[in-house]
Amino acid sequence: MSFNRLLVRAVPIAAAATLVLAACSSGNSPSESQRATSSSDASQSGSVSELSGDLLGAGATFPDPVYQEWIGAFVGENPGVTITYEPIGSGGGVEQFTAQSTDFGGSDAFMSDEELAAAEDAWGCDVVHIPTVFGAVAVAYNLEGVDSLTLDSATLASIFLGDVTQWNDPAIADLNDGVSLPDEPIIVAHRSDGSGTTSIFTTYLDDESNDWSSQVGKGKEVSWPVGVGGQGNDGVAAAIAQNDGGIGYVELSYALENDLSTAAMVNADGNAIEPSLESTAAAADGIDIPDDLRFNILGVGSDGYPIAGATWILAPTCGMEAGKADALKAFLHWTLEDGDGIAQDLNYAPIGDALQAQSLANVDRINEGG
Amino acid sequence: MSSVPAAAPLTGKRRRSIADPAFRWSLVVASALVLIVLALMIGSTTFDAIPVFVSQGFSFLTGTTWDPGFSRTEITGTYQAGVFIYGTLVTSFIAILVALPVAIGIGLFLTNVASRRVAQPLIYVVELLAAVPSVIYGLWGLHFFAPGVLRPAADGISDSFGAFPLFTGPVISFNFFFAGIVLAIMIVPIISAIVREVFSAVPEAERQAAYAMGATRWEVMRSVVLPRSRPGIIGATMLGLGRALGETIAVALLIGGGTTLNLSIFQQGESIAAKIVNTFQESTPEGVDALIALGVTLFALTILINVAARLIVRRIGDVSGEAVA
Repeated sequence: MSFNRLLVRAVPIAAAATLVLAACSSGNSPSESQRATSSSDASQSGSVSELSGDLLGAGATFPDPVYQEWIGAFVGENPGVTITYEPIGSGGGVEQFTAQSTDFGGSDAFMSDEELAAAEDAWGCDVVHIPTVFGAVAVAYNLEGVDSLTLDSATLASIFLGDVTQWNDPAIADLNDGVSLPDEPIIVAHRSDGSGTTSIFTTYLDDESNDWSSQVGKGKEVSWPVGVGGQGNDGVAAAIAQNDGGIGYVELSYALENDLSTAAMVNADGNAIEPSLESTAAAADGIDIPDDLRFNILGVGSDGYPIAGATWILAPTCGMEAGKADALKAFLHWTLEDGDGIAQDLNYAPIGDALQAQSLANVDRINEGG
Repeated sequence: MSSVPAAAPLTGKRRRSIADPAFRWSLVVASALVLIVLALMIGSTTFDAIPVFVSQGFSFLTGTTWDPGFSRTEITGTYQAGVFIYGTLVTSFIAILVALPVAIGIGLFLTNVASRRVAQPLIYVVELLAAVPSVIYGLWGLHFFAPGVLRPAADGISDSFGAFPLFTGPVISFNFFFAGIVLAIMIVPIISAIVREVFSAVPEAERQAAYAMGATRWEVMRSVVLPRSRPGIIGATMLGLGRALGETIAVALLIGGGTTLNLSIFQQGESIAAKIVNTFQESTPEGVDALIALGVTLFALTILINVAARLIVRRIGDVSGEAVA
């Protein structure tokens, strides 16, 4: 009987633990459907190409929709190639790539020096960053009777720090001549899950505001002084929509698809810029970009929207089979040169011409060491 | 386990000599598997979590700052789980507080009040509720139930009882209360299924005896059915509580992802399981270790509550003079 009694005690505990662990691992499991899609596209195509190879990549979820479309279109033209991209998150993407269990990685943040050193140590040669598309973060709000709103970085930081708490605060009113702002409390919403969107948003505030960098900092998850957290863009949008006076940040593509009211942001040249694909693409113009292409988009001027960031593909300069390397290079060439239309259809901003040349230079370095 | 029934007389001798031990061993393996998996789980998670516990010390449990670092090899961030432990306990407590009376009501209705024709379909419906995936509960709560039904109720409670720190407003779009109520809906089927079985196990003779002495239906339930079923009710509550403590996605959608400690149930917070599911994907290597440490904490919390419940059941059993497993 004592064995049975032990079981009775253990089972509910184990069940509770499994629930948590199962939920953790679900995000990590490979997606069979995507694998199936890419290979079936390949078999349907009639054209002939010499490329062949099975490529496996994993990482950031933000660019996953456009990567899947690109893969579908590319393997349609190159039936010998299959490419699988698993959206397991940027952190997992860097880890898997460093462990050499993927051929390429995807990340919404460029690798830190420490991460890069670990990856280069594992592969035994340089690892290159290849920016693929830009994403922007839109500041969405829900304010009855107000359909245009302009904010600058100082005011945005004050709102998210909880220093500005009413909509008719002079700090907001000064930026919005002619807009009648109600005497209502501001209800702040942020992401509760770790996210590249949060990283872009907090990196921007961290760069612009000393108060922000000393009190909050930047990263994929930060300690928010005020505000309610929603899971994903959808959760944040719900939090904004359910409160008159709500404000929060969402991915630009999500804001565009759902027609949310978004604020124009004053950039470094003092221009108030509405978030859009064009203003996002313009953001990187005039930004000083280092040779290794590890950059944040900060201090945006002219017609650029200031809260933007890139997403990267990570690839090694050695250690790949020649066939695979050729296929990966051909795929990335194709996405950078011919993939803009697909990206724009899905509300991603293509990287500009200047950056495209630098990106292609890094693509050509893939597997240069053999 | 102790008494093996005699083999059926028609079975051939040779076959029995293989089949019986084989059957017996397959049962032992199946049972042992549970323990092995459990041991592996505890072992590997605790191993990963130890550096975090060591670096944070006791403040891991009591502190309220969660600030992940970026290292691959050591623990550089601050990891304190106080906010998440509070959120887990508060939401689970709200869930049990609401679900238990409802589930007991359903159980009593199905076993002592409703006719068979009413009871049978109702049992199916309640069991159907248990089969709804939790993400559906979460999304339904997020987009409909919380803003449409719970929000006005919360506003009302907060307006009337806002003087108590637990009910202070303003009501935030996602909060402990919303998460707790949706959790309650999720665990009602679990609890009611068990208490229904427990209620129907009350000896018919005792109920009939009470009726014969002129007891009303309510008096029979109060003084015969409920006292008889108390250990079973507590067991069912523990099972429901286990589910509530470990629920991830529905809570993650509704609890509001707060990073500061708010006492009021109408404000945002975070539970252990929700924190894990929310940040696991984008975590740094040391952040993953910290999340595993959170998982170990949840594990320990669940064990603690289960053991406490067993002790309570045993004590009640002693008082009422019944042997309790």
